[in-house]
Amino acid sequence: MEYILIIISAVFVNNIVLNQFLGVCPFLGVSNKISTAVGMSAAVVFVMTLSTLITYPIQMYVLEPLQIGFMQTVTFILVIAALVQTVEIILKKISPALYRALGIFLPLITTNCAVLGVSILVVTKEFSFGGTPALLTLPQALVYTAAMAAGFGLALIIFSGMREQMELVGVPKPFQGVPIALITAGILAMAFMGFSGIV
Amino acid sequence: MSKWKIITKGIIKENPTFVLVLGMCPTLGTTTSAINGMGMGLATTFVLMLSNYVISLIAGLIPSKVRIPAFVVVIAIFVTVVQLVMQAYVPSLYETLGLFIPLIVVNCIVLGRAEAFASKNKPVDSFLDGLGSGLGFTLALTVLGMVRELLGAGSFFGWKIIPGDAILIFILAPGAFLALGYLMVLFNRIKKA
Repeated sequence: MEYILIIISAVFVNNIVLNQFLGVCPFLGVSNKISTAVGMSAAVVFVMTLSTLITYPIQMYVLEPLQIGFMQTVTFILVIAALVQTVEIILKKISPALYRALGIFLPLITTNCAVLGVSILVVTKEFSFGGTPALLTLPQALVYTAAMAAGFGLALIIFSGMREQMELVGVPKPFQGVPIALITAGILAMAFMGFSGIV
Repeated sequence: MSKWKIITKGIIKENPTFVLVLGMCPTLGTTTSAINGMGMGLATTFVLMLSNYVISLIAGLIPSKVRIPAFVVVIAIFVTVVQLVMQAYVPSLYETLGLFIPLIVVNCIVLGRAEAFASKNKPVDSFLDGLGSGLGFTLALTVLGMVRELLGAGSFFGWKIIPGDAILIFILAPGAFLALGYLMVLFNRIKKA
């Protein structure tokens, strides 16, 4: 039951892009076509889940016992950058087809603040599912991360669908490009507000 | 390029938010009030100035293949400094900005300036470039924060100036996108005129 709560809360209620403002750059940058949006979403789900799998134990079993929690930012960003590079190399060797599909998105992910943001979020934020607030356990953290990433994918794919339609309409000159995209995202965020309060 | 020009180009002509559209996450996420936006902007400015300075000093020593990770480490160190200083002296601001302080590391503006300017220019010029871009960012965040606070809470830097209820949605998530979108339209219009 609590896994269902975690998933609904992460995908819809606290949507990573439209509610938490993480990963807005790729959200605006790679949302011109649905096909690239799907590729980017897949890459984000993959990298984000992997990075929590590595950063969560580092925080719990290395940084906390040694009381060097202040090294969190430096450690996490290095781990994520190294992870993205490794994934890229491994994918190239093992699955060239997958590499062709996701490859170009991987370097973009290092600077995607959603990845660092969520890895910090899952080790610091306390959640209460009916009981007393507590930090997430590793399985819960993994489900939460994957759901957050899925929420990113959902928002990105819906948004790219809207932007594809937008290309067919005449947009006034000062609105063209980023401004109209932001206003569209605002309306989409308003739609997602309808989910608030259900969990 | 004169020193003065290095500072001013970051504020209007190459404004990180309105012209280059970089660093959108903190721009949208922290501007629920003018003070918050300004705090975030100043924290970023501090990191930008010092990381630009240090990166410009060490750029010649780093092999170009590993320069990005090296730059990121330098930036992360200064972000940690800001994080600890804010936690000690302005704990309430630290609480509200929360996650977005460590996320200065992945702010595209900081790495962008390091790569585009600091790695090719002298330390003092790089420092000033960081100051200029940082001030441009701070200006954009403060303006956006002011607009959202005025519409969403009816106040100006915490002073209640419009009595009664305000349009709450501008403080919430959708308002961030809408307000920034319309401000950009305005900026485009003014720049053209």
